[in-house]
Amino acid sequence: MKTFNVNIVTPDGPVVDTNVELLSAKAQSGELGIMAGHVPLVAPLQIGAVRLVLGDKKSELVAVSGGFLEVRSDQVTILAQAAEKAENIDIARAKEAKMRAERFLQDKQDQVDLKRAELALRRATNRLNVYEGKL
Amino acid sequence: MASLRDIQTRITSTKKTSQITKAMQMVSASKLSRAESNAKSFVPYMDKIQEVVASIALGSKDVRHPMLVSRPVKKTGYLVITSDRGLAGAYNSSILRSVYKKIQERHTSKDEYVVIALGRVGRDFFRIRGIEAIESTIGLPDQPSFADVKEIVRKTVDLFSEGMYDELYMYYSHFVNAIQQDVTEKKVLPLTDIQSSGGRLSSYEFEPSPEEILEVLLPQYAESLIYGALLDGKASEHAARMTAMQNATDNAKELIRSLTLQYNRARQAAITQEITEIVGGAAALE
Repeated sequence: MKTFNVNIVTPDGPVVDTNVELLSAKAQSGELGIMAGHVPLVAPLQIGAVRLVLGDKKSELVAVSGGFLEVRSDQVTILAQAAEKAENIDIARAKEAKMRAERFLQDKQDQVDLKRAELALRRATNRLNVYEGKL
Repeated sequence: MASLRDIQTRITSTKKTSQITKAMQMVSASKLSRAESNAKSFVPYMDKIQEVVASIALGSKDVRHPMLVSRPVKKTGYLVITSDRGLAGAYNSSILRSVYKKIQERHTSKDEYVVIALGRVGRDFFRIRGIEAIESTIGLPDQPSFADVKEIVRKTVDLFSEGMYDELYMYYSHFVNAIQQDVTEKKVLPLTDIQSSGGRLSSYEFEPSPEEILEVLLPQYAESLIYGALLDGKASEHAARMTAMQNATDNAKELIRSLTLQYNRARQAAITQEITEIVGGAAALE
């Protein structure tokens, strides 16, 4: 099957640079599947997992915190403020962040902080899900 | 003339100081190489985001976004990036001097500008002059990751969107090489000077729409501009500190050399005097 190159770049450096058969990501407008030969596209991403299907039924999950996806002739770039491969996720930190965010949401303070806590909770949950291999 | 013992004490203490400055120089040298590699790993991200921003903002003329539009300036924001500690030569003072001069040139009253300080030295500098920074972050690590600065960077961009200030300048030290760092002023917001780096603009399909993409993209772009400046500033800081400590070590060596000379002269004088006294004593006996 035809493959294409995927780059996931964060401000702290590149996270993924590999060839895949299929990439599926959660864009803000809904789930998005990309294969080789896709038209050039830009789409913002939700906080969620990006699945990279490498062929031979092997696939890899990457936790991506927002950012956006850019497709151009057989080259996909994801620019995110944070991204981790499943094996690189700091599970203890994610658990702690999740607990902190949950505690914050229960206290219910002013609106801005509430929104931030919600985002933090989503990022932490996303990391935990990716770590456990759930989509 | 100082006594032999006094000189000896000074030599020992200068030697100890030079050992410390030498160690600090080596620490800064290794931090500098880390900072340089951090700045390097940030480049692909910055290039890419610039490319996409350019192709959207320049590609479709009819897209509008508050961050792209210059509005009448009632208040200016200054983001000043300094270090937390001194001992870095002229690093902090040259940044602060230049931003303070600019502020006094441009503004007549304190209501016309606000200061955001990244780094203790900058914050304290403005506090002494009666300007309290509206936001400040101190205690950043030597190798800041994006997560470390996310809060302040996001806040800075949000304050622009909320209308706290109508333009934002940042001041930092640009790292040229280990012996040269230039104070740089850069206008971050509004994003008026977006340039295409590659020249070739791809025409994209936008999902869902260019406006909504800019909504996500432009804050992220502005945030990365600031983060890039911070990485640049950190590299400059380590380079400046390395040079400063190198100079301190050299000065200490020079001081030790002249003190040793002085010590030897004094010792010689003392011996000569003793001999003269003995000879004088012996002559008196004959």
